[in-house]
Amino acid sequence: MDYFIELFFSGLTRGSIYALIALGYTMVYGIIGLINFAHGEIYMIGAFTALIVSTVLSIYNMPLAAILVLTVLASAIWAGAYGFTVEKLAYKPLRRAPRLSPLISAIGMSIFLQNYVLLAQTPDFLPFPPLIPEFAFMEPVAGVIGSSELVILTMTTVLMLLLTLFIKFTRLGKAMRATAQDRTMARLVGINVNMIISATFIIGSGLAAIGGLLIASHIGQINFFIGFIAGIKAFTAAVLGGIGSVPGAVLGSFILGLTESFATGYVSSDYEDVFAFSLLVLILIFRPAGLLGKSAAEKV
Amino acid sequence: MRKRAIMIFLRDVRGALLISLWFMFLTFPLMVIKVNPIERTVTWRWDNMAYVGLLSFLLYLAGRQYVKYREKRLEPARRRSLGEKTKRIFRGLRENPVPAYTLMTAAGAFALAFPFIFSTYQTNIMITALMYVVLGLGLNIVVGVAGLLDLGYVAFYAVGAYSYALLNLHFGIGFWTALPIGALLGMTFGILLGFPVLRLRGDYLAIVTLGFGEIIRLILENWNEFSKGPSGISNIPRPGLFGLEMSLEAAIIYLYFLMIGLVLFTVFVVRRLQDSRIGRAWYALREDEIACQAMGIDKTKTKLTAFALGATWAGMAGVIFAAKTTFINPASFTFLESAIILCIVVLGGMGSIIGVILAALILILLPEYLRAFSDYRMLVFGAVLVLMMVFRPQGLVGHRRRTYTVKPDAGRSGNAA
Repeated sequence: MDYFIELFFSGLTRGSIYALIALGYTMVYGIIGLINFAHGEIYMIGAFTALIVSTVLSIYNMPLAAILVLTVLASAIWAGAYGFTVEKLAYKPLRRAPRLSPLISAIGMSIFLQNYVLLAQTPDFLPFPPLIPEFAFMEPVAGVIGSSELVILTMTTVLMLLLTLFIKFTRLGKAMRATAQDRTMARLVGINVNMIISATFIIGSGLAAIGGLLIASHIGQINFFIGFIAGIKAFTAAVLGGIGSVPGAVLGSFILGLTESFATGYVSSDYEDVFAFSLLVLILIFRPAGLLGKSAAEKV
Repeated sequence: MRKRAIMIFLRDVRGALLISLWFMFLTFPLMVIKVNPIERTVTWRWDNMAYVGLLSFLLYLAGRQYVKYREKRLEPARRRSLGEKTKRIFRGLRENPVPAYTLMTAAGAFALAFPFIFSTYQTNIMITALMYVVLGLGLNIVVGVAGLLDLGYVAFYAVGAYSYALLNLHFGIGFWTALPIGALLGMTFGILLGFPVLRLRGDYLAIVTLGFGEIIRLILENWNEFSKGPSGISNIPRPGLFGLEMSLEAAIIYLYFLMIGLVLFTVFVVRRLQDSRIGRAWYALREDEIACQAMGIDKTKTKLTAFALGATWAGMAGVIFAAKTTFINPASFTFLESAIILCIVVLGGMGSIIGVILAALILILLPEYLRAFSDYRMLVFGAVLVLMMVFRPQGLVGHRRRTYTVKPDAGRSGNAA
């Protein structure tokens, strides 16, 4: 039973990280209908920035709390900046181009960013310092759920609640929903659509970066390639829930995380990635609109 | 007037300064700081920041000048004269194809003489480049002509390579028997994978094919009893010629001519197909699916033929790849390989045969000869994909669709174009 609960929590942890990344995919898709292939790379850049900032700060002997706050801030800010720049350079000029053009451009951006980090930093795996301390009060249940898992779960829950409130109630959030519904109409009522698209990219990237830093600190190592697999899995989660739908992305992520966790725990860990890819293929074939998504007929 | 020009220039400089500041900020953590978390040391590389600043400053200024130049060039009056000029050149080429033929003869002679002029090493590189030409032309049918973005193309390449390697290992089947079998298996896989996914919309199709490609690679990597896992299969025999014993050098030259033959065959098939009924259906499907269906084109069948044909060529190229390297393992069939082939198609121009050939030669040969820059190979490939989409989506050599025109004096009733 303990093993089951352990797998359950590890699945939840995985799922919550996927959710943080999947939100970026789904929000961007909702607004400009583009699969932002470079999103996984933003997550990787977030993790790298966190590693660099936290190591520098810890060398200068900052207190742990300050390191934590500054690292989270720095990685979210820089990832947001990268998301913003990528959109301006690679997607904005292609807004009126045929559908495949921005996708190819996104693939190019993803390869570019991977190799940029490889060349600017290192091709090897780097150990990631454990940012989250082991809490004393977690001692009795340490066998089934670790401190970092608890922190990840709490943090993602808080972030998702904040995001939901933001989208529901703030001016910017309402403008985002309006743009997602109808871009032309939104422009007619005076919404600055370009700004909304930029804001979506920045928020999505920031969330992905926090996901990156949490999971990197949990697993303990990163390299330039982590974004590729994580990106595809988060995309799977977004499609599973119904791409374009925010609650769908969260639901899909948890389903994917739990499936993976149980499949690797009870079946085989060799085929960990095959499960996710097969799930993706099956959903797209049998229910391309996802669990919570609406299927819309293509019109002329 | 002069004052205005200076003002505009100053505004550009200010813009360039802001851009370079932004990029210096953006690249600060990754380019400047390098940490070693184990030894807890930090290296500050401020010189990188200066390079980034300078480079983005100059690139922005150059970009502004280019945009201005393009605006000036695209003024209606000048555009007309420019268009006339290029049209005249093209018409000249078509009516009097002598220079084109001379060029083709020269290229052909060079290709024939190549292995005898250059060393075995150079010939080997050329074989690799020709292999990418074939792969590029194959993917061109799928992506360029039919407009189906296939990101798992390398899966069929792997199917071809492994079918030869395994058939040879278990049954001792030779290259010439394996070549059609590999092609056939590639096609079978193309149909099997294509059938369920081809009704998906463009971008979903891309992701599903990517997923399939990765699944096949992961299975090859993990199913040790079947594929020998990550350690791969070695000692695959090179292609034979009626059981003739050949030295290594002769074998490579032989393989080279084999590749030239395959390239010519591919070009022939693709050219014939492009103007056929199915080829025109592919183009139409790329442009507008709904209109196609309204015209009575069987969408699934048409897409499936394109997909299967592309897979067939990948299967053939895979068999030759296994024969050339005599060793294969799953690491040769990663997503990056698919991305390189896609890059060739995009750079060459979707649907253009000569463009794809040029692009494959450029993208494969340049990094080989500019060894100093070979680290930057994938970086450049990524940038090429983005830049081509933004600035020149039609590729280096835009494909000209065959058009039928009626000469004005040919008949008064003929107002059809």
